[in-house]
Amino acid sequence: MAAKLLAYFDTGSPIHRLNGVTKLSVFLLFSVTGMVIYDTRCLLAMLVLSLSVFAWSKVPFKQYSFVLYLILIFSALNQLAIFLFAPEQGVQIYGTRHELLPIAGRYTLTAEQLFYQLNVLLKFAVVVPPALLFLLATEPSEFASSLNRVGVPYKVAYAISLTMRYIPDVQQEFMNISTAAQARGIDLSRKEKLGRRLKNMGAILLPLVLATLERIEKVSAALELRGFGRNRRRTWYRSRPLTRRDIVVLICAVLISAVAFTITFWDGSRFYNPFL
Amino acid sequence: MRKPVIEFDRFTFQYRAQSEPTLHEISLTLYEGEKVLIVGPSGSGKSTLAHCINGLAPHFYPGEYSGSLKIMGKDASDSGIAELSDLVGTVLQDPDGQFVGLTVAEDIAFKLENDGMGHAEMLRRVREAAEEVDFADFLNASPQELSGGQKQKTTLAGGLVGGAPILLFDEPLASLDPQAGRATIELIDRLHRESGRTILIVEHRLEEVLHCPVDRIIVIDEGRIAADLPPDELLCSGLLREKGIREPLHLSAMRYAGCLLSPAIKPRSVETVDLHSATGQLARWHEANTAVSEPAHREPLLEIEHLTFGYDPKSPVLEEVSLTVGRGEILCIAGRNGAGKSTISRLICGFHKPLSGSIRLDGRDLSDDTIRERADRIGFVMQNPNHMLSKPMLYDEVALGLVNRGVPEAEVRERVNETLRVCGLYPFRSWPLSALSYGQKKRATIASILVLRPEILILDEPTAGQDFRHYNEMMKFLTELNNQGMTLILITHDMHLMLEYGQRAVILSEGRKIAEDVPARILGNAALMEEAHLHETSLHVLARRVGIYPEAEFVARFIRSDRGLLN
Repeated sequence: MAAKLLAYFDTGSPIHRLNGVTKLSVFLLFSVTGMVIYDTRCLLAMLVLSLSVFAWSKVPFKQYSFVLYLILIFSALNQLAIFLFAPEQGVQIYGTRHELLPIAGRYTLTAEQLFYQLNVLLKFAVVVPPALLFLLATEPSEFASSLNRVGVPYKVAYAISLTMRYIPDVQQEFMNISTAAQARGIDLSRKEKLGRRLKNMGAILLPLVLATLERIEKVSAALELRGFGRNRRRTWYRSRPLTRRDIVVLICAVLISAVAFTITFWDGSRFYNPFL
Repeated sequence: MRKPVIEFDRFTFQYRAQSEPTLHEISLTLYEGEKVLIVGPSGSGKSTLAHCINGLAPHFYPGEYSGSLKIMGKDASDSGIAELSDLVGTVLQDPDGQFVGLTVAEDIAFKLENDGMGHAEMLRRVREAAEEVDFADFLNASPQELSGGQKQKTTLAGGLVGGAPILLFDEPLASLDPQAGRATIELIDRLHRESGRTILIVEHRLEEVLHCPVDRIIVIDEGRIAADLPPDELLCSGLLREKGIREPLHLSAMRYAGCLLSPAIKPRSVETVDLHSATGQLARWHEANTAVSEPAHREPLLEIEHLTFGYDPKSPVLEEVSLTVGRGEILCIAGRNGAGKSTISRLICGFHKPLSGSIRLDGRDLSDDTIRERADRIGFVMQNPNHMLSKPMLYDEVALGLVNRGVPEAEVRERVNETLRVCGLYPFRSWPLSALSYGQKKRATIASILVLRPEILILDEPTAGQDFRHYNEMMKFLTELNNQGMTLILITHDMHLMLEYGQRAVILSEGRKIAEDVPARILGNAALMEEAHLHETSLHVLARRVGIYPEAEFVARFIRSDRGLLN
């Protein structure tokens, strides 16, 4: 069922017991590192690490399967786009040209291009597991406080957490509205032609938007009545101090990033070049 | 000398979007430790009065005011909503909309978090507040796991936790079932007695609030104070009926019987009213009225047999439910939230497919009919009209179902106009829907279904959130439809509605049918009431105290006279 998508489920793994701040920081560190470096050896090492930690967390596949498919489709499109728009990028970067397969016109598959695109793919792969872990293995209530602790303004952090709170309600509302509309002949199923379906979608959107606005007004009145936004800072019921385990994990993550940066930039280039 | 905590002095308030003030020259003082009920019809200004006290007006809903308002001796105009929240804890009507935390504990803590309180003290204060409302075992529960009454307890604790000396309840009963509503009123009463806080309740459901004592009742009408009296005096004055507020049913019954009503007999509660002189009169009135005949046996129109449904077959939401709706009947389906009453209507409309069992209309099995085919014969009207209205103009909205079915334009015009006339909306046919009142919008949704000429109309809580006048208007309209032959199924937990308009009622509990009978008899059965989260009406209690048996017969005779007077 859609409602269970990306939902928090405690598998009792050590990853789940880590502080939300730790998971968020590791995710941010890995993202920055993964985005900057192109050193294939480092990326591979980080990927192996990410994947093993992810496996260790025992997050059930069905909770992220949909998101994973989306990511796969997106990165496939991304790969295709890179090749279409910059077929010679690899040659430019690595400075050699090993032709493998001429395709048409200016499109020729080279070993350098393949290697370059493999690196891009690796970068994605390194970032996805820690991102999913932050989403799936952090208790929803710790979310906002974690974001706030790493510097996101608390109003923004709370907005995210409120959105999560109301997603199931809005889903339910959408179901109710669309079934009642179907009874009046506003059909959203595949039986209807695409143009008609889009038009019908509009007919359901209006009440859904109105209902959501109504909800927002109510919630914001309720927030203000309980003093939301009165001070520049606020405290969090669900904030936990960092434990020794968190500190160790954070130090390890910083070290890994530092090592990755050092190895990558040792020779003055972001790229690892096997063609020389 | 009592200490004043809220002082209005010639206070006038006008919303920026309105051309007239909503409150006129209000002068009113509330004292420390008082428990005050504010009543008034929709649009009377009672909610605005509450909003001025907690600061929503003018800070959230902008407007202009003159005169003065002091809260705990401080001028309210000097404080924002946040500062006022230290003095006034507010509990709003919809516990769902104001549940902002992901767990009970976080929701209670919300005010403290915003005040920047340290962690250790916060944990302690949250626990204390939860214990005060008897809810400490649920601190880690998420809102999805809670019933309406439990959510209300949470928001109540969230209002207490800041330590505000004044508690303001803005229609606390609106979305609760009768039993949860009664429990809330008892809880508020206990808080008042134990903590000495000043309590202010804004509500139009007078009888439910008066289940527990209050010091004063203030009646607001057209932005002015129409009365400010102790409950017993107000109830005897006859002012409530005049202002369109429903008086407690036991009181109406005593009036019909010609009993002398005076503050001396303490008419506030049916449990404690002095019936010494009234007993004989009530008994005579009962004898003078003829017996109410049993509803006639009707030809079955909709037959449901052994209906079972659930997302998980091991724990069905609905189990082996059978019922029959007669042609031209008004049937109420009642039960607490989650009992399966909306599920059954969704199954009838074909929104879900049952796991087993059958639904027959006029003897024909519906299982192969699509949602749309069923909709030609069975109409479904949702509780919130804003969830159904998808066109900007009234005419287009009502025409939508026909246009989608490819009905020729001339016929569409004729049928829409005819339906608008039936619904009393014809003068508004070229109006935008946004210009209609809530009650008119509700009617518009009914018109948009009626135009398809169904044989059965299913209405989900047709009168929820409406005051007595609008309730009467809506039910008069539905009764007229019924007189013209329309079969009605009303899904409700409003006991008054069931009692007054249901010809028969079906009670569901945990997915099973636990009763099917005349409402007056069902509402007199204590064991059933407990299970269905309803409670005995004051009429039943009155009959029992006077010694009339069976009580349901007295109730039925009362309803008949009451309806006779209204129409």
